[in-house]
Amino acid sequence: MSEGFFSRGFLGRRRRHDERLPPGQYLEDGFPVLSAGPTPHTPLEEWDFSIVGEVDEPKRWTWEEFRQLPSEEITTDIHCVTKWSKLGTTWEGVSVDTLLEGIETAAEYVTAFCEGDYTTNLPLEEITGGKAWVANAYEGEPLEPEHGGPARLLVPHLYFWKSAKWVRGLQLTSYDIPGFWESLGYHNYGDPWREQRYWGD
Amino acid sequence: MVAVRPRRLAWRLAEVVEVVPETPRTKSLVLEVPGWEGHKAGQHVDVRLTAEDGYQAQRSYSIASAPEDERLVLTVDRLDDGEVSPYLTDVLMAGDKLELRGPIGGYFTWEAKDGGPLLLVGGGSGVVPLMAMIRHRAVVSSGVPARLLYSSRSYEEIIYRKELENLAARDSLLEVIHTLTRSRPEGWSGYDRRIDADMLAEVAWPPDKSPLAFVCGPTPLVEAVATALVGLGHDPARVKTERFGATGG
Repeated sequence: MSEGFFSRGFLGRRRRHDERLPPGQYLEDGFPVLSAGPTPHTPLEEWDFSIVGEVDEPKRWTWEEFRQLPSEEITTDIHCVTKWSKLGTTWEGVSVDTLLEGIETAAEYVTAFCEGDYTTNLPLEEITGGKAWVANAYEGEPLEPEHGGPARLLVPHLYFWKSAKWVRGLQLTSYDIPGFWESLGYHNYGDPWREQRYWGD
Repeated sequence: MVAVRPRRLAWRLAEVVEVVPETPRTKSLVLEVPGWEGHKAGQHVDVRLTAEDGYQAQRSYSIASAPEDERLVLTVDRLDDGEVSPYLTDVLMAGDKLELRGPIGGYFTWEAKDGGPLLLVGGGSGVVPLMAMIRHRAVVSSGVPARLLYSSRSYEEIIYRKELENLAARDSLLEVIHTLTRSRPEGWSGYDRRIDADMLAEVAWPPDKSPLAFVCGPTPLVEAVATALVGLGHDPARVKTERFGATGG
């Protein structure tokens, strides 16, 4: 629609252009916070994480049990749909592969569910095979509540809203159920490299 | 099941009708947007700037106008180290074109039919989407009681000050309460500190009135206000937030 258009007098900053930056994103050094409501503060003794839905037997870990699981260190770039990207962030967490170990399922989708009824949906194959974690530390420190602590999903190859904060479990389903933002205009899949920000992108 | 493929939010070329200074740091861009399909108060748009050699930068800006207004208005806060906002506030003039797409965001929105009472808490340019709600409420003559608690650094930096005064003067159900955190004019009798739980206890309706709260501003303000509201006994599900960090816009 606006082929050939340019913004009169706009030069741009072009600071540190980097091929690790997906289209339409800019580099951010800080760590902006975006959430739809108040930050929950669930005591660790009340926290649990469960795998439910189309599984033979649901699984559940208390915080203590979760912390006994083998943990991995992840260094990755993250991309928020609000345009900022942050390169080389480091996290610690439990691979979703570890959490799903021994689970038999015919499910092809997953709904990550969180404190405060927040959900996000993903194809199961996007969170298995070393692509996703339940992270409990950021840059060597326990994950702060405003960034999703005690634990958030980390799916760094998709826009960051898919890395649901305050995650409490995964529901495996045979069909795709759009989550919170996915029902409110944001893309169902959310690949930053294809700039899938909103419905129809 | 029939799969409905939603239509893509197309980039549109808006024309700048007017650039209105609001405060020393903020300006409102009054836009004519061909084919604009309307929005809800609280939503935002993505703005895309393109340099002559094709380099592009995108940022999001809240819509300040009511859905009923004839023209789309964005109010932009100038961030000194920003890439996009200084262009919008310092370079852009009436007659220029501006590329945008939207509206975006379906959660931090309010329509008169959503009811209230409506508790709006804003800091700095976080007042912009709240102003769209206030304007919408006024245009449709909504009888929903509304209170705006608005934190600014100084009197000069209060965005929409006159308009808010005028709206509150002719509407007994709209109350505007300011707090000034850095400097106050002589004789200032209002609040003079950051928004805290005590202030919210005085200004917000009690939890049993079940107000619908919208909180928008920098992250520390939003964190403090949302946490305090929940601490006062408000239902977290009735507290909607929109935050912007120092995102270099």
